[in-house]
Amino acid sequence: MCAVYHKYLRLDHLPHIWCPGCGNGIVMGAFIRAMEDLKYDQNEVVVVSGIGCSGRISGYLDFNTLHTTHGRALAFATGIKAAEPRLKIFVFMGDGDATAIGGNHLIHACRRNIDMTAIIINNCTFGMTGGQFSPMTPKGKKASTAPYGTVERNFDIPALAQAAGATLVARVGIYQVNLLRELIVKASHHKGFALLEVISQCPVNYGRRNQMGDPAEMLEDQKGIIKSAGLGQGLENYFGQIFQSEQPEFIEEYNKMIVQAQKKGGCDV
Amino acid sequence: MVKPKLMQGNECCALGALAAGVRFFAGYPITPSTEIAEIFSKELPKLGGVFMQMEDEIASLAAVIGASLTGKKAITATSGPGFSLMQENLGFAAVAEVPCVIVNVMRLGPSTGMPTLPAQSDVMQARWGTHGDHSVIALAPSSVKEAFCLTVRAVNLAERYRVPVVLLMDEVIGHLRERVVFQPDEKVVQWERKQCLNPKSSQPFEETADGIPPFFSFGGEYRHHVTGLVHDESGFPTSQREGISRLIRRLHYKITQHLSDIVQVEEFFVDDADVLIIAYGSTARSAQAAVVRAREEGKKAGLLRLITLWPFPEKEVSTAAVNKKAVIVPEMNMGQLALEVARVLPDKNLLFPINRVDGELVTPDEILSVMGRIY
Repeated sequence: MCAVYHKYLRLDHLPHIWCPGCGNGIVMGAFIRAMEDLKYDQNEVVVVSGIGCSGRISGYLDFNTLHTTHGRALAFATGIKAAEPRLKIFVFMGDGDATAIGGNHLIHACRRNIDMTAIIINNCTFGMTGGQFSPMTPKGKKASTAPYGTVERNFDIPALAQAAGATLVARVGIYQVNLLRELIVKASHHKGFALLEVISQCPVNYGRRNQMGDPAEMLEDQKGIIKSAGLGQGLENYFGQIFQSEQPEFIEEYNKMIVQAQKKGGCDV
Repeated sequence: MVKPKLMQGNECCALGALAAGVRFFAGYPITPSTEIAEIFSKELPKLGGVFMQMEDEIASLAAVIGASLTGKKAITATSGPGFSLMQENLGFAAVAEVPCVIVNVMRLGPSTGMPTLPAQSDVMQARWGTHGDHSVIALAPSSVKEAFCLTVRAVNLAERYRVPVVLLMDEVIGHLRERVVFQPDEKVVQWERKQCLNPKSSQPFEETADGIPPFFSFGGEYRHHVTGLVHDESGFPTSQREGISRLIRRLHYKITQHLSDIVQVEEFFVDDADVLIIAYGSTARSAQAAVVRAREEGKKAGLLRLITLWPFPEKEVSTAAVNKKAVIVPEMNMGQLALEVARVLPDKNLLFPINRVDGELVTPDEILSVMGRIY
């Protein structure tokens, strides 16, 4: 194993719990290589994760790491960033984590435009609990709780995040692993809330139910999945591309307000 | 001569937190606690601290825990429905041993209930609201001044024991305005959490003699992992039976072996009393008035006022109840703390609960009338 993995992985906590063919390890590998590019002091980085298979990423990475409650990773991360703005924050969530139970925190983190990088690993299912449909399961796909195919529509995460106010948004497939590394670097350099949707695969609990073949075949099919994960036309525009805008960032705006409050002076306490 | 101030319970609570060193607040608007958030929004920026209005109460406590993990003293304030939402992350704070204070200005429930009317009906929720076995500390102020002092104490206890502390303030105390005097020689003492001094010889969740592990902060010199999963002393998930049991038991005994430091009660004519009233919060004020009037009538009444509700002052209650002919427990609920009192009384027939659930206070007259029937 090359030195960069030795540096950023907690080797004594491997092997990981993920099934063979899972995409989480690929995302973690891209993240580690992005860390190599970014060269942050590990003590100055916080990796926050939610609940589910992707939530276990935090435990394997050698940074300050926080494995939170289901869906709440962004809310915990917001508290960390606001209390200690110098820390670099990376938040890992699954699709169920971020868009079902954590949907409210997701849109408000976007709206607040607080400086952090959020990565949603979208494998279109609740994998940890055995393959129930998530808000990201494309309509008609089967799940343990959708034996006849889900009748619900799925979110378009980049469109949702952009509408909610995120200032860097991109969708990327796992097979674009070098692009993912570049996007993580770009997202971390971006001042504001950056959201990356990574289309991943769950061969065991999603692929198997939908006759999608082995992990390699699922990767081959990813372009199609990326398109079907959206609600309508033109979504392929998000794929590997970036929406980016400059908007006031929360911590900077808060600090301006502090200066203003302190000018008025006289603590009432 | 110190000039007295006219102050409100919610106001004193916020100021107490600031005096205790709190520099982070995250909350969500809810009656009847909103003044607390409003004061923090005004004062914290002046002190360079952080005020955040989050998207809900779940996020509020999550942000508070996140801030506390960086070493900051952090607090949130809410009321019944918000307190219900906070239970999830209250459990996280308990198992991950993250110091934090949750102020619950109690209103009448369940559900939306009566948002502007007082109750004391979250006593059991404070203890058992989140799932799983866990320890928690809850305090109940009876006056506006005490709202200040007990908020300071709540912050201190949270830091010392690495535990979520709930300040159970009923709406009466939260919105009451009364005379408050701070003496010039009154000092606010701040307790600090035990810090990790040497990561080579200590672990983030190690079983120390006092049960409280040293704290490693995010952004400090040592990296570590914090999880809501059951973890071993290193902080990483474990599925070893012995390790699971050791953690859950330590979460309990780190509180139960320090009862003398945590539990506080106040006695008022208890020793020679025939009838003992056990009360807390605003109800204790009516109870005290009832004791004074009973004594004027020659009746030997006494009051044991509970300042700490959780851990339940078992020893203090059972000692105070020795040789009493009756124990009256007035509460603005259907009898929550009375259950605990009944548990420690030698004879349950001695217990006379008074339960008021119409959003009105228990009056001294009501207590005296019950006393008159039994004594």
